[in-house]
Parts: sequence; C-alpha cells; structure tokens
Amino acid sequence: MKDKQFWSVAGIIFVLFMIYWFAGHPYFVSERGVMFWSILVVGGVLIYSTRMAKRGEKIFLRSIPGLKAVEEAVGRSTEMGKPVLYVPGIMDMDQVETVAGVVVLGHVAKMTARYETSLNVPVSRAIVMKAARESCRESYLLEGRPDLFHDDMVHYLTDDQFAYAAGVNGIMLREEPAACLYMGKFYAESLLLAETGNSIGAIQIAGTASPSQIPFFVTACDYTLIGEEFFAASAYLSQEPELIGGVKGQDYLKLLAISVMILGTVLNFFHDLGWTSWDFLAYLTVQ
Amino acid sequence: MNGSEIFGAWVAVFLTLGIFSYLYKDNPFYKIAEHVFVGVSAGYWMAMAFWTQVQPNLFGRLWPTPEGQISGFLMKTWYGIYNLFGFVLPSVFPDGGIDKGHGHDPHFIYLLPFALGIMMLLSVASKLSWLARLGIAYTVGMAAGLRAYAFLNSNVLGQIKGSAVSLVDMPFFSLTGVSVFNNLIILVGTITGLLYFYFSKEHAGAFGKVTRVGIYFLMISFGASFGFAVMGRISLLIGRFTDLITYGSSTYNYASIWVLLLMIVLLAVWTFKGEKKSVSQ
Repeated sequence: MKDKQFWSVAGIIFVLFMIYWFAGHPYFVSERGVMFWSILVVGGVLIYSTRMAKRGEKIFLRSIPGLKAVEEAVGRSTEMGKPVLYVPGIMDMDQVETVAGVVVLGHVAKMTARYETSLNVPVSRAIVMKAARESCRESYLLEGRPDLFHDDMVHYLTDDQFAYAAGVNGIMLREEPAACLYMGKFYAESLLLAETGNSIGAIQIAGTASPSQIPFFVTACDYTLIGEEFFAASAYLSQEPELIGGVKGQDYLKLLAISVMILGTVLNFFHDLGWTSWDFLAYLTVQ
Repeated sequence: MNGSEIFGAWVAVFLTLGIFSYLYKDNPFYKIAEHVFVGVSAGYWMAMAFWTQVQPNLFGRLWPTPEGQISGFLMKTWYGIYNLFGFVLPSVFPDGGIDKGHGHDPHFIYLLPFALGIMMLLSVASKLSWLARLGIAYTVGMAAGLRAYAFLNSNVLGQIKGSAVSLVDMPFFSLTGVSVFNNLIILVGTITGLLYFYFSKEHAGAFGKVTRVGIYFLMISFGASFGFAVMGRISLLIGRFTDLITYGSSTYNYASIWVLLLMIVLLAVWTFKGEKKSVSQ
C-alpha cells in the first residue's frame, strides 16, 4: 500500500471512529479503555516502523552472537559430514515460541540445502510436523535443491514430554549430529536434551522465551538466544524490511514502556502522599 | 499382592533401570526402554486424544442424543449419516447419538473444525496435501489473535503496573519483606533488563554499562531459577529411588535387586564382547 492510500484509509477510519465516539460510543466498555489505547499505540508504532523499513530507511540492529553462530554450526556439520539436529520444542502451533521456532527452521533449512548437509527435525505435535515440513520444503525449493528434501527429515516421535526427550536423546547418541539447535517452547526436558548434546560434543544453540528453561540452556549450550533475541532471530536471519521494521517498532515500545514505568512510579508516589487523587495503577488495571 | 501387580512392578523396575543405564553409555537396555517409552506413549496419546477430544467434544456436539423423536428432513438426513457411521464403527458412534452432556441439539458450527481436521488428514494425498495448510493457518491465526489481548494485558500492562512500585509507608530496607530499597531494585532491574533487549543501538559506552547491569540482573534470576529447578529434579529422583526400594522388597520378589544384577552382568558381557570385536577388527 502506497503512502497516499495508507493515509487515506487511516483518515477514513479516524473519521468513522470520531462519528462513532460523538454519537455516544455505544458498546464501548470504558473500563477497558487502557487496553483500547494500548492496542492503538502498539499497532500504530509497529505499522509506522514497518512502513519506515519498507521505504528503505536504514535500520541498525546490533549483532547477536548466537545468531551468527547458526551458520557456523551448519558449516561445521558440513565439514564433519554429520547431520544438523533441529528441535522445535514440545508445544503446538498455538504457542508463539513454536511459531518462531518453525520460522527459524526455515532459515536453517535454507543453509542445510545450500551446504548439502543432512537435517533431522524430530517433532512432538502433528500440526508442528506438517508446518515444519512445509517450511523445510519451501526452503529447499527456494535454494533450488528440492531433490535434497524428503518428508522424513521432519518426523513425529510422540506427544509425551519425556518420551520425546528419550527419543531425541537416542537420535543424538546414534546419529551424533555435529550441531544441535533447540528453538521453541521447552519445559523440563530442556536440560535432558542439552546435556546429551553436550556429551556428544555437538555445537549447541538454543532459543526460547521460557524463563524457567533459559538457565539450563545457558549452562549446557554454547549460545543461547534469550527471550526477545529469539523472536528477533527471524528478522536477523531473513533481513526482510518488514521484520526488521517490526524489531525497531518493538524497541520504540520498550522505550515507551520504560517511560510509563518511571511516570507510573512518580504518579504513584504523588498519589500515596495525597498530592493527587488520580490512581494511575487503578487506571492500568483492565476490568 | 496379585500376579499382575508384581509383573507391573518388574516391568517398572526394568524400564527405570533401563533408562538409568544410559548413565553408563548407550546400550541395548536403554534402547529397549526408549523405544517402548516412545512407541507406547505415541499410541497412548493418540488414543487419549481421540477418546477425550474428538469423540466426546466433536462427534458428541455434532450428533448429540436427540430429545424424543427426530423430525424434519434435515435432521433425519443428518442422523441418517450418523447411523451410517454407526454401522461401520458402532463403538465410536453408538446407537441413538452420543450423550456427553452437550445438550440435545447438534452444534453445526463444529462442522468447521471437523472439516479442518479432515483437511489435515488429506496431507497423506500428495495432490490434496495443500489443504492441510488451511488448518495450520487457522491454528496460528486464531492463537495469535486470541493471545495478543492476553499478552498485552499480562506481559505489558501487568508488567508496567508491577514495576510502578510504591515508595511510601514502608521501611527503607528489609531483607525479607517489602521495602523502598527492594522496590527500587525491582524498578532498576526491570528497566535495565528491558534495555538489554534493545536491538537498534550498539551496547557500548554509557548505554552498554546500563545494559550490562541488566544482564547481571537476568543472570542472577536465572541462577535462582536454576537452583530451584534442580531441587525439584532431585525430588523426582528421590521418588524413583523410593519406588525402586519398595520394589526391592520381598513383596515384589526382590524385583529391583534381581533386575539390577541381571543388567550389570549382561552389560558387562555386552561391553566385553564389544571390546573383543573392536580389537579383532
């Protein structure tokens, strides 16, 4: 959508909303006003940043060592003639981390296709298997190597958490992959996987936003993408302007959140002292 | 104690020790335990998903037990299809409809997940496998929309609210309770931690020092989380040992002791044979 069209549509929506508002805004739940404004701000900032990136404005992103290491890991596997093992977590596609894991898998599959390295993706959910298979198929096709793709590179093990961990551990011990990548949503199996990968001497890179599992990956893996770093990974790896713009937009939102935190603390302080009657924290509470 | 319980205990002991044998190295006992575990759980989960989700929640809503006589052409046709299914699979489609407490009227909106499920199954046919993408698209899109609101509420607004701390009517310092000092630590930790995840600026100079404080906060919290989780794992290990000790009693014919001894002997033979083979090669 061009700038002119975008602003025209935005203007029409704004005018319609104003008419709705001055007509008494029926069905508008005022107690949830903070959520409405939050969605508007978040959406607006992300749209602005994405359009900015699409226009070709240069956006600087600092380097993340874990992401640089992904290509190194695939290269190492190629040199050693051993496969790359990719674990997209144990949850379904309704988890944002699994979706991010499958997106990163697409980039890893491009590298394995380019270097003609074997890729092994054991999964624990049927829908993830289908999505991961489609992602790999597309990557191999884009790299011009559909002949190297085969359905069995993404294969189902089991839905059960520890049975899945036992199965993946068995694969690690028998196939001895040179690189193990864990990108997705993990629970207690994280350390079981990372420990085994460590024992076979594989280079290990993990990415997850599960706060309770990050410590295990930090301990046992060579590189760990912590929380937001993992979600930004697809933007880094693809270098697509839409995704990079999204990362920039999230940075703006983080600054905004910090500002509101400081402002909230000051306003809360004034409220506690009785200098102002407006309870900012009560306003932030969504009814 | 009946025979099946004792047999169950022996199987449990064998599988537990089989998994533990991995501590030595990959061996046939571990392989047996691993394959049994993966295979049985895959079958179990499939059966569970069918009998706890698909049959009661999907078929149970599409063809609930009707109240009284079925009337009308549409309903008669609808339950005619059901009877046809029931003729083929009577255990899944019992006579007279499925009574799982979802009322007596069919919920036709559930035809949508039914269709999406069939599309997923069509992925086995190469020409129709593209239909499965609709199911994936629905799952991802639905989850993104549904969770956006909850995430914004709990992870953004809730976090901001939790970090906008109170600084009055409390002691300045306290090791265990709420205090001004502790609240300031929360505020500083949250802000510096958040700044560590700021990607569009190099972590250098004054900004780099602030983000370094952030990563220290993150690492301290990871350390605490690690210690807490390890304690939980040790309690799981104690649970397995307690079972092994119980199964090692005379009630279970000393299952743990016999299986352990047998495993050690067989592992020793297996290792010795393996070494001999490698030397001759």
